[in-house]
Amino acid sequence: MRSNKSKENKPPIWLKTLAYGGLVFLHFPIIFILINAFIVSDANHTYFTLKWFSAAFARDDVMSAIALSLKVATVATLLALIMGTMAAAALYRRNFFGKEAITTMLILPIALPGIITGIALLSAMSILSIEPGFWTIVVSHATFCVVMIYNNVVARFRRMPHSLVEASMDLGADGFTTFRRIILPQLATALLAGGLLAFALSFDELIVTIFTAGHEVTLPIWLLNQLARPHDAAITNVVAMMVMLITAIPIVLAYYLTRGTETIAGSSK
Amino acid sequence: MTLPQFIKPDSNQISRHISNTLYRKNNLFLFLLLTPPLLWFGVVYLGSLIALLWQSFYTFDDFSMAVTNDLTLDNYRVLFDSTNLDIILRTLTMAVAVTLACACIGFPIAYYMTRYGSAREKGFFYIAVMLPMWASYIVKTYAWTVILSQEGILYWFFNHLGITSPLESLLQLPTIGGNTLATSNLGRFIVFTYIWLPFMILPIQAALERVPTNLLQASSDLGASPAQTFRKVLFPLVFPGVVAGSIFTFSLTLGDYIIPQLIGPSGLYIGTMVYTMQGSIGNMPLAAAFTVVPIVLIFIYLSLARKAGAFDAL
Repeated sequence: MRSNKSKENKPPIWLKTLAYGGLVFLHFPIIFILINAFIVSDANHTYFTLKWFSAAFARDDVMSAIALSLKVATVATLLALIMGTMAAAALYRRNFFGKEAITTMLILPIALPGIITGIALLSAMSILSIEPGFWTIVVSHATFCVVMIYNNVVARFRRMPHSLVEASMDLGADGFTTFRRIILPQLATALLAGGLLAFALSFDELIVTIFTAGHEVTLPIWLLNQLARPHDAAITNVVAMMVMLITAIPIVLAYYLTRGTETIAGSSK
Repeated sequence: MTLPQFIKPDSNQISRHISNTLYRKNNLFLFLLLTPPLLWFGVVYLGSLIALLWQSFYTFDDFSMAVTNDLTLDNYRVLFDSTNLDIILRTLTMAVAVTLACACIGFPIAYYMTRYGSAREKGFFYIAVMLPMWASYIVKTYAWTVILSQEGILYWFFNHLGITSPLESLLQLPTIGGNTLATSNLGRFIVFTYIWLPFMILPIQAALERVPTNLLQASSDLGASPAQTFRKVLFPLVFPGVVAGSIFTFSLTLGDYIIPQLIGPSGLYIGTMVYTMQGSIGNMPLAAAFTVVPIVLIFIYLSLARKAGAFDAL
C-alpha cells in the first residue's frame, strides 16, 4: 500500500499546518472552558481555585437541573433502545412496500432543524391540552434518539450471518432462547454504543427541549438562563466544564466499542 | 463467537408455541415489531408536524391577539413582505457563507487525516473532531460569548499584539461589522462556522477514505501535476462528500435560534422569528408558516444534493 512509498508520503508543511490549525480552532473554546472553571480573577491578580466546585454543588438549582437531565436522558434512552432495536430488527433484512418511507421518517427528527420538531410537538401538545413537563421532554428526546440506536443496531444486524439464527433453531432453541443467547450477545456492543450516544444527545439537547419543557429546567436550559446572569459566571464556568466532561465520556466509550467495525458510532449526530 | 453446545428443549410449551408461530408467520412478526415505532413516529411525530402545518392556515387577529380557526392563506402571503423576505435572505446568506467556510476549513483537515495520517494519528484526529462535535452546544456557544466579548481573550490578545486598529477597521465594514466582535455578523459567522465544522469534516473524511490510492498514483504516473490530480481526479470523487456535509451545515444554520440571540446584531433570523412569534407574541399561525420556509429550502437543497450524488456518500 502506502508504506513502500513513504518518501512520497511526506505531507506538505502548509497542509499539516492547516490541519493542526483546524484542530486548534476546534479545541480552543473547549480548553478555554476547562481552564476557566479553575481560575478566578479579582482586581489585582488571577489565581487557581477549586472553591467554585463546592459552591456549585451546594446550589439546589444546579443539582436539580443535573438530576432532571440525568433522569430524562435515562428514560429517553431506554425508550429509544426498545423502539430502535425493534425498527432495526424489522427493517434490516426484509424489503417491503413503504420501507424507504419508514427509514426516512426515523431520520426526519434529526434531519429537520430542531426548532421545527420542537414547535410541532408544542403545537400538538397545546391542541391536546397536555401540560408540558417531565414526560413531554422524554417523548421529544426519545423521538430523535431512536435513530441513534437504529443506525448502530441495523449495521450490526447486517453483519450478523442469519445462518447463526438458523443453526440455533436447528439445535432446538426456540425463538426467545435464540434471541436471548444468540442475537442479544451479538448486538450488545452496538446497543451499548447507540445507547451511550443517545444518552449524550439527550443530556445536552436544548433546541427542542425549550419548547417541550414548560417550567422544568434541564441542565442546558439552566446554562442558557445563566447567560443572562454575568455576576454568577464563576458557577456557570464550573457547571459548563462538568457538562463537557459528562458528555465526553460516553462519546469516547462509544468510539472504542465500535472501532474497527465499518460504522463507527458517533460519526454523525 | 461460541455457540452454546447444547440447548435444553424449553419446558415452557406456550412460549415455544408463540415463538414458532412468529418465526413461521414472518409478516405477523414484522407487524408486531413495527407497530410500536410506527405508532410513535406516525402519531406523535408526523401528527405533530401535520398539526403544525394545519395551524399555519389559521387566522391571527392583531387586535385581540387571539388565534381563530378561520382558514386563510394570509400567513404565507405575509412571508413575502419586505421585512420577512429580509429575514429569510439574511438567514440564507449566513447559511451559505457558513457552509462555504466549513468546506474550506474542513477539507484540509479531512484530507490530511486520510491521506497522510498514520493509523494512530488518524484515530487521534477522529476523536479530536468527534469530541467538539458532541460537546454541549450551549457550553460551546457560551464559551464564544466570553471569548468574543470586549473583556474577552481575543481582544486581550489583539491588544497585546497591538493590532486592534485593523480589527476596528474590519468591524467598521458595512455588513459584517458591528460595535464589537460579539455584536457583529463576523462574530456570529465565526461561531456558526465553529459549531457546525465537525459535521462537515466527517462526511468529507468518509468520502476521501473511499478514493482508491492507485487512482491518484495513476494520475501522477500519467504526468499530471499534484494540482491537476487534485482538480481532475480527487476533487470530483470527493465532491459528493462535501455536499453531504453541507446538508448539515446548511440545514443546521437555517434553523438555529440560540446563536442569533446570543451573538451578533439584533436583526431577526428565521429561527428567532419563529421563536418570537410563537413565544412572546403568540402568533402561532405565522410562526408555523415561517417553519415551512426552512423545510422548503432544505428540500430544494436536498434535491440538488441528490443530483450531485451526495446520498451515496452519506
